[in-house]
Amino acid sequence: MAAEPLILQMKSITKEFPGVKALDNVTLEVKAGEIHSICGENGAGKSTLMKVLSGVYPYGTYRGDIVFQGEVMKFRDIKSSENAGIVIIHQELALIPELSITENIFLGNEPRRFGIIDWVEAKQRAIELLARVGLRDDPDTQIKNIGVGKQQLVEIAKALNKKVKLLILDEPTAALNEADSQHLLDLIVGLKGRGISSIMISHKLNEIEQISDSITILRDGRTIETLDAKADGVDEDRIIRGMVGRVLENRFPDRSPDIGEVFFEVKNWTVQHPLSAERLVVKNSSFTVRRGEVVGFAGLMGAGRTELAMSLFGRSYGHYLSGQVFKDGEEIKLRNVDEAIDNGIAYVSEDRKALGLNLLDDIKQSVVSAKLSKISRGSVINNIMESQVAEQYRKALRIKTPTVDEGVDKLSGGNQQKVVLAKWMFTDPDLLILDEPTRGIDVGAKTEIYGIIRDLAAQGKGIIMISSELPELLGVSDRIYTIFEGAITAELTADEADPETLLRYMTSAKKKVQAA
Amino acid sequence: MSSTPPSTDSGTAKRFNIRDLGKMFGGAQSSGRQVGILGALVVIIILFQFLTKGLTLDPTNLINLVNQNAYVLVLAIGMVMVIIAGHIDLSVGSVAAFVGIVVAISMNSWNFPWPVAILFGLAIGAVIGAWQGFWVAYVGVPAFIVTLAGMLIFRGGNQFIGSSATVPVPDEFTIITGYLPDFGPDFGYSNPTLILGLIAAVAVVFNEFRLRRQQERMGSEKAPLWVSLVKLTVLVAVIVYATLLFAGGRIGTSFPIAGIILGVLVLAYSFITRNTTFGRHVYSVGGNWRAAELSGVNIKRTNFFVMMNMSVLAAIAGMLAVSRSVASGPGDGVGWELDAIAAVFIGGAAVSGGIGTVIGSIIGGLVIAVLNNGLQLLGVGVDRVQIIKGIVLLVAVGIDVYSKRQGRPSLIGFLTKNRKPTEDDSLEQPAVQPTGGAEQSSRPQSTTPNA
Repeated sequence: MAAEPLILQMKSITKEFPGVKALDNVTLEVKAGEIHSICGENGAGKSTLMKVLSGVYPYGTYRGDIVFQGEVMKFRDIKSSENAGIVIIHQELALIPELSITENIFLGNEPRRFGIIDWVEAKQRAIELLARVGLRDDPDTQIKNIGVGKQQLVEIAKALNKKVKLLILDEPTAALNEADSQHLLDLIVGLKGRGISSIMISHKLNEIEQISDSITILRDGRTIETLDAKADGVDEDRIIRGMVGRVLENRFPDRSPDIGEVFFEVKNWTVQHPLSAERLVVKNSSFTVRRGEVVGFAGLMGAGRTELAMSLFGRSYGHYLSGQVFKDGEEIKLRNVDEAIDNGIAYVSEDRKALGLNLLDDIKQSVVSAKLSKISRGSVINNIMESQVAEQYRKALRIKTPTVDEGVDKLSGGNQQKVVLAKWMFTDPDLLILDEPTRGIDVGAKTEIYGIIRDLAAQGKGIIMISSELPELLGVSDRIYTIFEGAITAELTADEADPETLLRYMTSAKKKVQAA
Repeated sequence: MSSTPPSTDSGTAKRFNIRDLGKMFGGAQSSGRQVGILGALVVIIILFQFLTKGLTLDPTNLINLVNQNAYVLVLAIGMVMVIIAGHIDLSVGSVAAFVGIVVAISMNSWNFPWPVAILFGLAIGAVIGAWQGFWVAYVGVPAFIVTLAGMLIFRGGNQFIGSSATVPVPDEFTIITGYLPDFGPDFGYSNPTLILGLIAAVAVVFNEFRLRRQQERMGSEKAPLWVSLVKLTVLVAVIVYATLLFAGGRIGTSFPIAGIILGVLVLAYSFITRNTTFGRHVYSVGGNWRAAELSGVNIKRTNFFVMMNMSVLAAIAGMLAVSRSVASGPGDGVGWELDAIAAVFIGGAAVSGGIGTVIGSIIGGLVIAVLNNGLQLLGVGVDRVQIIKGIVLLVAVGIDVYSKRQGRPSLIGFLTKNRKPTEDDSLEQPAVQPTGGAEQSSRPQSTTPNA
C-alpha cells in the first residue's frame, strides 16, 4: 500500500445544491506521505470538497469518484470514512467541554470489555496518545480547563486513536496564537514522518508556505492549479494570484495618516477574572488613542487583549477593579454597553457569529441593531428608513448581496464582517475597537476591510486594532502596543515595530524602557 | 396564484416575482411561513365546511368559535413573545384562574363595580408578572422553573382564596363576552357588525395607500401597484364575507365583544413586535442574547417586561373566561398553557427562540380551534380530538423543521420541494435565494451561495 504514489484521488467531483453548483469537476490528488494544502477564497468550495471526502455528503449526492489507497470509496457517513482512515478536524472543535481528555479521545470509540467501558485501558492509551502529540496534561482534566491550543492537540490525539491515514485539518490554527500554531505545524510535519498524510485548509499563507509539499488552489468551485510548494517562485504572492485570479498589488492600503490630538485615554485599567478573584486579566494598563490614528494591540491569545477591550466596552467582561477613561480630556463612565455606545465607542467582536450578529436577522436589521434610536421616533421604528440606511452601507462597504433583506447567515464570512462593521459605523463612534476584524475571511475581503479601516481613520476616528496576525498589524497600524499577561509591555511606532521586536515584547514581561 | 399577469409598467422589465407576493403579507422575513400556515387554515376550514355540510361557516357556529377561543388566542399573543425571547410560561392557566377568582370575589363580596374589578384584575396580573419577571430576569432562574412554581402557587392560590368552590359573578360582568347592541333600521343583519366590517375594510385600504405614499416620499422601492391591488381585493373580499357571516347570526348577536378585544390586542401586539424597539429587542434577546447585550440591549429589562406582559394577558384571558361562564371555579384554566404553546409552535415559532410572529400564532391557534370545533360538530369524542390535536402539532412542527433543513421555510415550499428547477424558476424560488432587484433578474440564478 505504502508503495502507492497517490493515497487519494478525487476525480471530477461535482456537487450541486438546489440551483447552485458548489463544486464543478474538481480534481484533487494527494501523494502518500505529503502535506497538501488547499487554498481558495471563502466560497471557493474548500469546505464542500472536504465534506464530500469525509462522507458528510454521502455517496450518491455528488458526481465523480473518490479513490483512496487504490480503491473507489463510497462513504455513507463520517463513520465509514473514519473506518477507512480519513479523519477530519473541523475549525469548530468537536470536543465536549464537561468531559475529560480521555473521555473525549474515546468518545464513540470506547474500549470495551464485555460491553463495559474499560477506563483503565482507555486512560493508559490516552497517555500514550497524548505523548505522541506532545501534551503532558493529566488525561482526567476536563476539556474546558485547557486552552484552545491544547484542545486542538486533543483532537489530533483523537484522530490518531482512529488509526488515521489521512488527516484533514480545516483552519487548524485559526484560533491559536503564534507559539501554539508553530507547535501544531511541527506536529503535522512530525506525523508526516510517520506516514500520515495531511490535507490542510488555511487562510494563513505563511503557514501553508512553511509546511506544504503541494498546494491545490480552488476558485469558484473549480480546481485552478496544483503547485509544487517546494518549486521556485511559489510564495505567498504566487498563491494569492491563483486564489484571486489577479495580482494583488498591495495588500495594505497606503498610509498617509493625518493624526490629530490624543482624544481617548485609559489610565491604570485593572480588571479581575470573572470567576477567580485572585486572577487579574488586565493589570494597570494605560494607553492613548489619537484622532485619525490606528493603534494596534499585539499579544498572544489569552494575553488579555480581548479582555481589555471588552471590559472597556461597558464592562462586558470580568470585574472592574480600578482605572479611569478620559475622552477629550474629561473622565467618562462606561458602566454598561449603552453608556459606551452613547460615549461614541464601538466594539467589533472577534467572534462575529457568537457575539457580533444575530444570525436570524436580515442585513438591514443587523445594521441598525446597535442604535435603533437613530431610525425610530418614540420607540417606533421607521422600516423604510431602516432599509435605506442599510442600503447605503451595502453600497459603501460593497457587501455582496442583491438586497438588504437577505439573512446574514447566508453571507460569507467577509460579507458578514462588513455587516458587523456597518452596524458599528452606524452608531457614529469616535473610537472603534476592532478585535480580530479579519479572522476567517479571505484575502480579497481582508484587503477591503483594511481599506475601510483606513477610511474610518481618515474621517478622524480613532481605531484600536487587535490582531494575532503580525503582518496585518504592522501593515495597518500607526502605533502598536504589546500586551503580555494582562500588562502593556511596550509602545512602538510603526517605524520601530517589526515582527521580531513585537514577538519579544509579546512573550516576556520585560518592559520596554520608555525614552523620556 | 402564479396566473396573475406580470406587469411591465417600467422600463426595467419587472418580472413576476415570488418576493412581490411575499410583500402582500407585510414582506417580513417570516412571511413564507405565515403563508404556509394560513394556507393550512383555509384548507382545514374548507374541509370541515364540506364534512359538516355547511355547519362550520354557519354564523352561530362562528360566533361560538370566537367566544370559545378568544381567551386561548389572547394567551397565544403573550406566549409567542415569551417564546421568541427564548423562554416558556407554564403558569398562564393558573394565573388566569387566580385573577379570575380574585376578580369574582371583588365583585361578589367587596361589591366592586365591574369596570373597577377589571382594572383590579389587570393590576393583579401585572404584580404577578413582575414577580415572575423578577425571578427570570434579575435572579436568573430559568423561566421553565419559575413558571412551573407559578403554576403550583397560583393554582393553590385560586383554591385557597375560593375555598375550592365556584364563585359566581354579577350579570353585568358578562358584558365583556356579550354582543354589541343593535340599532338603526333592520336589514336582517346586525348593524354594528356591518359598521365594524366597513371600518376594517376602510382601514385596510387606507393603510395600504398610506404605506405606498410613505415609500414614495422616502424614495424607496415599492411593490408593483398590481400587488397592492390584488392584496386589497383579496383582503376586502374576505372582510366583506366575514362581516356578512358574523352579521347574519341570531337576532341580538353581533361580532362578539371578546373578538373585538382580541382583535385590538392582535393589532397592538403585532405593531409592538414588528415596529418598535422593544419588539426588536425581544427578537434579538431570543436570537442571540450575547450579541444583543454587546449591542446595548438591556436584556434583563427585556426579559422582565416579556414575562410581566404575559401575566397581564393571562389576567385578561382569565377575566374573559369568568365572564363567559358567569363564575370562577377551582378548575378554570387547567391546560390553557399547553393550548397556547401549541398555537405558538403551529404558528411557526422556533423552540430555540428568536423566531415567531403574533399573526402566525393567532393563525396557529385558529387551526386548533377550527379543528376542535369541526371534530365536535362531527360528533368525534374528546378523546379522539385530543389524539388528532397532538398529531397535528407534531406534524406541523415536523414539516417546519424538515423544510427548514431543506432551506425552504414554509409549508408551500415543502409541497413544491420535488419540482425540478425549470426555466421560470423565479416563480418557485426558495426565499433564501438571492432574488428581487432588477439588477439581478437578468442573471441566471445559479450564483454561488456566498455570492
